[in-house]
Amino acid sequence: MTQMLRPAAEWELQSMIAKLVTNRQTAEVVGNGALRNAGRAVDADVVVTTASLRGLTLYEPTELVMSARSGTPLADIEAELGLRDQMLPFEPIDMGPTTGSPGGALSIGGVFATNASGARRITGGSARDHLLGLRAVNGRAELFKSGGRVMKNVTGLDVARGLTGSWGTLAIITEVTFKVVPQPAATGTLVYTGLPDDLAVEVLTTALGTPFEVSGAAHIPRRMAARLKLVALADAGTALTLLRLENFPAAVSERQAKLQAALKVYGTPMLLDTAASRALWRELRSLSILPYSADTSLWRISCAPTKGPEIVASIQKSMKADAFYDWSGGLVWLEVPTAADAGSADVRRAVAVRGGYATLVRASPQVRATVEVFEPMKPEIERLTRGMKTAFDPAGILNRGRMYATI
Amino acid sequence: MSRVAMPEPDAGPLQRRSIIVDDLARLVGRSALIWDEDGRRAYETDALTAYRSMPLLVALPRSTEDVSKILRYCYDNSLKVIPRGAGTSLCGGALPTEDAVVLCVSKMKRILDVDYANRTARVETGITNLAISGKVAEKGFFYAPDPSSQLACTLAGNLAMNSGGAHCLKYGVTTHNVLGLKMVLIDGTIVDIGGTCLDAPGYDLLSLAIGSEGQLGVITEATVRILRAAEGARPMMLGFDAPEVAGACVAAIIGAGIIPVAIEYMDRPAIAVCEAYASAGYPLDVEALLIVEVEGSDTEIASLLAKIADIAQPFAPKSIEISADADQSARIWAGRKAAFGAIGRISDYYCMDGTIPLGALPHVLTRISEICDGYGLKVANIFHAGDGNLHPLILYDANDPDSNEKAEAAGAEILKLCVEVGGCLTGEHGVGIEKRDLMSVQFSQTDLAVQMRLKSVFDPAWLLNAAKVFPLASSEPMRAAMRFEAPAAA
Repeated sequence: MTQMLRPAAEWELQSMIAKLVTNRQTAEVVGNGALRNAGRAVDADVVVTTASLRGLTLYEPTELVMSARSGTPLADIEAELGLRDQMLPFEPIDMGPTTGSPGGALSIGGVFATNASGARRITGGSARDHLLGLRAVNGRAELFKSGGRVMKNVTGLDVARGLTGSWGTLAIITEVTFKVVPQPAATGTLVYTGLPDDLAVEVLTTALGTPFEVSGAAHIPRRMAARLKLVALADAGTALTLLRLENFPAAVSERQAKLQAALKVYGTPMLLDTAASRALWRELRSLSILPYSADTSLWRISCAPTKGPEIVASIQKSMKADAFYDWSGGLVWLEVPTAADAGSADVRRAVAVRGGYATLVRASPQVRATVEVFEPMKPEIERLTRGMKTAFDPAGILNRGRMYATI
Repeated sequence: MSRVAMPEPDAGPLQRRSIIVDDLARLVGRSALIWDEDGRRAYETDALTAYRSMPLLVALPRSTEDVSKILRYCYDNSLKVIPRGAGTSLCGGALPTEDAVVLCVSKMKRILDVDYANRTARVETGITNLAISGKVAEKGFFYAPDPSSQLACTLAGNLAMNSGGAHCLKYGVTTHNVLGLKMVLIDGTIVDIGGTCLDAPGYDLLSLAIGSEGQLGVITEATVRILRAAEGARPMMLGFDAPEVAGACVAAIIGAGIIPVAIEYMDRPAIAVCEAYASAGYPLDVEALLIVEVEGSDTEIASLLAKIADIAQPFAPKSIEISADADQSARIWAGRKAAFGAIGRISDYYCMDGTIPLGALPHVLTRISEICDGYGLKVANIFHAGDGNLHPLILYDANDPDSNEKAEAAGAEILKLCVEVGGCLTGEHGVGIEKRDLMSVQFSQTDLAVQMRLKSVFDPAWLLNAAKVFPLASSEPMRAAMRFEAPAAA
């Protein structure tokens, strides 16, 4: 069994890393292990977990700012925010369950290390956008900080945001400070039914071109929609195109009516009230319509919204693939049959031609070890990426191979 | 604190100026170069006019390929480069040195593509901030970051400084509104970072490039997000007897779950000057004025402003006035946005840019008054209150070296104070040379080393905007290594 290191303080983590450097040992970096089945598997000498770096260190509701140690469970953070009718602005998703890990284990450090943003990203911004500062220990055993606790800060290079999405390969985050926002008083959802993917994306992008501040824009084709737990929608037996509005109650009803008028050529939508809307978007956020299965692999494709349906149609020519569109078409979750390369060649070709990136989220460890999980890098980007790795972790101790085989 | 020092210029490039001009002319054409003294003088400073230095020469390329050729030449010949947009930097970000080539992107200002369905615009970075919004306004769209200098400043400068503006409380700053960049590295390599998608995998190079103050590369193109404008917007003005009461009112508004599109604060001296300039109807008998703007339909605006007025009541505002019409709204904003210029009409001023936690506002304002009193200087305070970004304007006499030095010393004390209370040195103007030597107040040597190593990844020879952002003592080893590696002159 691999040795598990559980630092409970920053200095302890520093001394652990220093020792690894001396002993030329490598480390897998985890929070509570929620994302261990996502990305590439790491074959390291020890595991370092941030699980004991836990707890809030700052919460100023009237300044919309919170700080927490990185191992703090996301659930604890959201519970604390809920007590003050606030929330994380970016509706983080948990890729744990869809990759075969238990749900609810995601840590706040993991959220920022993977930039795990949900539906609200389309207008509300991403996890990365709301990170204000962090503290971390790099592969040189140095403790450093970047950013701070204030909303506007351009002092020096934006190293904090630069570490988001680096999957623990550059530094181990020990504490994050981020912006929070008030929960909207009311939510409403317009549900258009029976639209083909391309028309659905037209509805979504048209809606985002209106002044009504759509905060969620998703499309669930028929087969995928049947998996919803919300019976009323699952039983509709049709594709669902969803537009969410959030605001004060009067504003939601006013905007709902105006948005419906602006989109009247696309038919008459079902309207979901606050309770039904919240249940629906909570379900989408949990990715429960993409349940773990050994029979399928899961891709996450990021592209210009109008390219989403084209990319999916192109891939569907060569394999049976089921899509779920978020971010008005700019984020496609694509389920494909299990195969030796998880359909990589076809998926990457379809994406490359139209512009975008594909990430292999779910596949067997063997497949994830042989197929590039993250989009392959162009040479000049790879040069900078390797340079950054060396700047932070010259000995290649931290999560080596988690994103790219030799980085 | 003494004046900010710059390293001695290297003599080599100065002696070789005409050879360098000829070489570059062969690469990009003579019309893209300025080397005569009068021409160069236009580039000797930026909006931090207390510092001046004539550049070696100025290059005004018209394409990314030309930028690449110029940078490659500078790299091969160990020439320092100062990237420049419109030269509106308030922190000396575009201040030349005598041994450096100023590379100015102001001739690259085309709009390459506007994609309304995907809500993006691809532009060359020499375009002015306001020109982007101007282009997409016909369809009701806009580019969100709105620095006060938006009529003049370029997107290139906004990207370099991660600029904000009055409306970033709701819409975020530059880094929140950019999806992709084309950046040229010092060795001429052209790198595409990000793209047209909302997120890109791999290390977040976009975050590092934006706000890097010309330290990492020269950004020539950007794909920015364009947003559909709200149905309408309307400001209200709330006047208070005391600064701390205004601060508490801001906290109460946000605490009630309302995030206005902007909350701006002006103190009595600032109000008086701006009112004289813009006739916006600002109340003149209050110590602190809040301009709170909300957006939406007419009914939404009316209901939100009424709610804010209710929230403000317990703080006994001395005046509450909702803007009567579009004309008054325009004047209210004109006054605020012209604040720096208006104050500039009555005195030279030194503009600070620290950010503080809102809760520290009363303490910080009291201390700012004490600090400036201590130096015998007057101060006017303008403040993006919603996000804690302070702009104390220290009034001084630029023709009096003593007054100049006092203003800088008072400014440094104010910025140290901002860091002390949990804030930072600069919220939107950048570090440049102005706050360079204060960086060690906010950052440890390790924090700075982490940043400087990243610069070295992009600019291993430290040729780009060197001697800025990082304290000279901290960056000395890297800059010295650069000189050591410099090849002999051709």
